[in-house]
Amino acid sequence: MRLPSPPKAAPVRTEQIILFRVSGQLFAVSSASVQEVRSVDTLAGAAKEIAQAGLRKVRHVVQRGEHSFYVVNGAMHFGLQPFPPALVFVLRRTRTALLIDGIEKMTTMTRLQALPQAFCNDEREWYRGVTAIDQTVVPVVKPEGFLTPDELFLLDSSLEPKDSAIQSGDSTLQSGDSTSAPPSVFEGGSFRSSDPNESAMQIATFDSSVSDSEGAAPLGSKGAVFPQPDSTDPASLPQ
Amino acid sequence: MSPQPDSESFVLLRLAERRFAVAAGDIAELVAPSRIFRFPHHTKEVEGVILRRGRIVPVCDVAARLIGKNLRSRRFYLIAQRRYNTGTEWIALPVTGDCELISAEMIPASEADLPHVSGWLSHNGDVIEVLNLNALTPGPIAAQPVVPDEALQHEAHS
Repeated sequence: MRLPSPPKAAPVRTEQIILFRVSGQLFAVSSASVQEVRSVDTLAGAAKEIAQAGLRKVRHVVQRGEHSFYVVNGAMHFGLQPFPPALVFVLRRTRTALLIDGIEKMTTMTRLQALPQAFCNDEREWYRGVTAIDQTVVPVVKPEGFLTPDELFLLDSSLEPKDSAIQSGDSTLQSGDSTSAPPSVFEGGSFRSSDPNESAMQIATFDSSVSDSEGAAPLGSKGAVFPQPDSTDPASLPQ
Repeated sequence: MSPQPDSESFVLLRLAERRFAVAAGDIAELVAPSRIFRFPHHTKEVEGVILRRGRIVPVCDVAARLIGKNLRSRRFYLIAQRRYNTGTEWIALPVTGDCELISAEMIPASEADLPHVSGWLSHNGDVIEVLNLNALTPGPIAAQPVVPDEALQHEAHS
């Protein structure tokens, strides 16, 4: 009689993230959400100043092909002390280029906990959730949370009279234009993630009932769906 | 023979010189203070989060609301359950002294009481507020139903 084969253990699902600092504060972002990392110096010639945006956190816009990216000051967005940024993240599937202090490291997270519901203000739009990395709690930012639709509308409106000037002006930061773009922060040019598919780790939520007072693990997290291992091309990421 | 009123279990917590009660069923554990992790947010009642048993638990300092001042020191975190529409989550309440489990009969709150008071109990000559954590700690604001008149006005304007 053959015994049934034991069920295979589910593979640990992970998501690659970039730990970065804004005004000294540590944040995380999914590496699949970052299209490019550039030095702020490389933006100097390409960015147009927005005269009256009405948003303190956005002072510049970068035209890339048909799209304009708004340069968001991360420190102002989060209400932190102003700090001279060194790098800029171009965030995929958004119109945001985020100014940051620098990259701490790249790592993987195995669990993303939903932002506790006690947090009930703007931060719910800022963060996908929180994760623990090396016994440190790090908020994982939501790329689309840096500019709300209303803010985008406001910014677009402020640009309308200047559209022609921008289109005829500097556009050195063209997509895929590696010859005209200044050298970037990573050797060999800008860090460019080639995967357009957003890697998505579903946020672990908790069961509604708390079963015991010991609390060792009474709140089972529901199954998380993680990206396929090859969803982010490792070759495109800095090692 | 009339039935005796049932007494319930409560945990007494101390904030400076005052004591408050929370239903024992809402308490998970009492833990020593650990590192608070802070990150930007706009919910002023939340001080930060602690890492407890693999979970990230928000620290809600309720002292300002209950005794009118923030705590200078804290001795423990009382980990309690906070109910939301979508489920239950842990919150950590800083306390300044030992906690005590008692049995007492609660007198329900009246309309004159503040929303965070769910009742009162008498213990050793003291009258102690029983806290309603759902009203005391921050959480999503329930959507207010639109008053029909307002809805009509919206339609008229549009």
